[in-house]
Amino acid sequence: MKTFRIGGVHPAENKLSAGKPIVVAELPKQAVFPLSQHIGAPAVACVAKGDVVKVGTKIAEAGGFVSAPIFSSVSGKVNKIDSIVDASGYRKPAIFIDVQGDEWEETIDRSETLVKECDLDAKAIVEKIKNAGVVGMGGACFPCHVKLSPPPGMVPTCVIVNAVECEPYLTADHQLMLEHPEEILVGVQLVMKAVNVTKGYIGIENNKLDAIKLMTEKAVQFPGIEVVPLKVKYPQGGEKQLIDAVIGRQVPAPPALPVSVGAILQNVGTMYAIYQAVMKNKPLFERVVTVTGKSLANPQNFLARMGTPMQQLIDACGGLPEDTGKVIGGGPMMGKALMNTEVPICKGSSGVLIMNMTEAKRAEADPCIRCAKCVSACPMGLEPYLLSTCSAKADWERVEKEDIVSCIECGSCQFTCPSHRPLLDMIRLGKSTVMGIIRARSAKK
Amino acid sequence: MANKLIVSLSPHVHSGDSVQKNMYGVIIALVPALLASLAFFGLGAAVVTLTSVAACVFFEWAITKFILKREKMTILDGSAILTGLLLAFNLPSNIPMWIIVIGALVAIGIGKMTFGGLGCNPFNPALVGRIFLLISFPVQMTTWPVPGQLTSYLDAETAATPLSIMSQALKSGDASILSQLPQSMDMLVGQTGGSMGEISAIALLLGGAFLIWKKIITWHIPVSIIATVFVLSGLMNLANPVFAGPVSQLLSGGLMLGAIFMATDYVTSPMSHKGQLIYGVAIGFLTVVIRSFGAYPEGMSFAIFIMNAFTPLINTYCKPKRFGEVVKK
Repeated sequence: MKTFRIGGVHPAENKLSAGKPIVVAELPKQAVFPLSQHIGAPAVACVAKGDVVKVGTKIAEAGGFVSAPIFSSVSGKVNKIDSIVDASGYRKPAIFIDVQGDEWEETIDRSETLVKECDLDAKAIVEKIKNAGVVGMGGACFPCHVKLSPPPGMVPTCVIVNAVECEPYLTADHQLMLEHPEEILVGVQLVMKAVNVTKGYIGIENNKLDAIKLMTEKAVQFPGIEVVPLKVKYPQGGEKQLIDAVIGRQVPAPPALPVSVGAILQNVGTMYAIYQAVMKNKPLFERVVTVTGKSLANPQNFLARMGTPMQQLIDACGGLPEDTGKVIGGGPMMGKALMNTEVPICKGSSGVLIMNMTEAKRAEADPCIRCAKCVSACPMGLEPYLLSTCSAKADWERVEKEDIVSCIECGSCQFTCPSHRPLLDMIRLGKSTVMGIIRARSAKK
Repeated sequence: MANKLIVSLSPHVHSGDSVQKNMYGVIIALVPALLASLAFFGLGAAVVTLTSVAACVFFEWAITKFILKREKMTILDGSAILTGLLLAFNLPSNIPMWIIVIGALVAIGIGKMTFGGLGCNPFNPALVGRIFLLISFPVQMTTWPVPGQLTSYLDAETAATPLSIMSQALKSGDASILSQLPQSMDMLVGQTGGSMGEISAIALLLGGAFLIWKKIITWHIPVSIIATVFVLSGLMNLANPVFAGPVSQLLSGGLMLGAIFMATDYVTSPMSHKGQLIYGVAIGFLTVVIRSFGAYPEGMSFAIFIMNAFTPLINTYCKPKRFGEVVKK
């Protein structure tokens, strides 16, 4: 079975919500839309206080090429444009909309019928995706149309769909594949057409046998699309690791892009959003979210409108347990611990994970015993113990030489460290400092 | 309650591995060899092991409390017990207790705590203790009891070991002396003279398999040492039969103990797999060279000691292969 070649770990999978059907979440009373839900320039609000919006009305324009517009997920009245603490922990500008009824824009096709035929050309497809505000839905939220417009000289050769869902606990992508396989496949076809390639791979880890079987069966009607079962190993959902696993090619160190080895990567949830954007005229305003945790009464998968406070989804699962220690936006390996549960669901919210007090606490760190387990675990072939020590000593020159910018912050080193050392905390400090130094250097030139 | 959430950076989960688990894992892996030495040396082995472990734990405790004055006590992390066990394994089973205590003081005091304790020592502490004793008490350290005397300790009868037979053959240039070597089968099981923990190759290999299975160590260091010794001594034996053959070389002295348990010490061995291979090959090479041309019949401990000193250098120059690294042609 295929997998990536360097490093990796295997955390306990804990897919508590696996096989639970996607439940449509209730509408919130007030929906909140942070203007920065993606990598790149924040969107610019194009509504004002008191404006009446429908479901699917554009409420913010893209703030540049690497940016994406934002659409209302509810109908109602704009209450205010203010700020809110989002998943990153920073206070950011956001649009608050009071919900009234559920009235959709007429242009959106709300029928369930599968539309397969598309007579748009490549350019028109990318344009439609761009105008629907689609971003990468695996968590990084990179605007989708940017990936579909490779820089001059770069020729894509295949599309790779990330259906790995290597984060423990999360099952949103898994359930989406079980419930909407054909829509996803049409989405893949659209992307293949948009970047003019004939080959598409869907990488699925071997712990989702039902999804592999279903997708393989359905893929028969879609020429050029192949389902690739992968050995379960974290961080296979990292784009570089997935490309290595599927086509056996390694993307060189930054700033090289995946397309430098011919691959265009998209998450499986993004494929579904692309289908809806292109075939159903439906901009991105809802997504599948896993709400899970060991002490949660009823872990589930929801189809939630953007802007819904996470607290509302947690309540629908039986409420926040008494012993809650940490609430994480995303999975346990790369997700962000939230300050409060009022954080709204955004384009990149793949899950909400509740950890109890015992799970949430970090163990006390012991001295490094130089066991080299972090070196064996690092999927980028780096030396986490060294990067962490040198970062702690503020030796930026050394960490830059030791390729700290290649770190993908997957957390495998810290996960595996027998001394419970906060390796990634220190490496993040070093990496962000070095990236700042590099930016300053290139600005001078 | 809800307003008191813990906020920390990812990852939010941990493998559950710990320093203790690794240390006690190695100790468990040493159990077969300990049982073998109890079976062959009886009382002597028991006294030496208990004295050494107790002395090492005591010195670690005393130094932490009275000299370093640290609050956190480290004696339960298993590393002092492990050093004690490994030191005992490197001693003859008829060695007086006071020598063991000196060895333990040097191992823990000079070998480990001087540098700041666990994780900071450049040399394997048990080896520091052993080499100190070997140089200071050459007679007591190189008279080994004959296995099978289960109720004797200081009064055990001693005899030549396979390594001393090999060294005799080399000195006299008479290859026929090598015919006095015990059968390979006996050396594999441990029915031969030597330090108490090193005699039974099969028990040590069993422990090594456990370490690799439990992912406490990787195969790189032991395999590269064993392969290098096998190939090099094989070639030398072919060129001149006065050099003992590869099988006797592998099964004699501290080779298995060194390759599986001493050279793989986390703190003092290289971090990258490439570095570990270089380290292993160099240890194997130095061992054969010291055994064949040096003043001492055994070279394993010196070889590991020398390569411990090179570990920082190896770490500086042997980097793991980076993801996407372009191979320069």
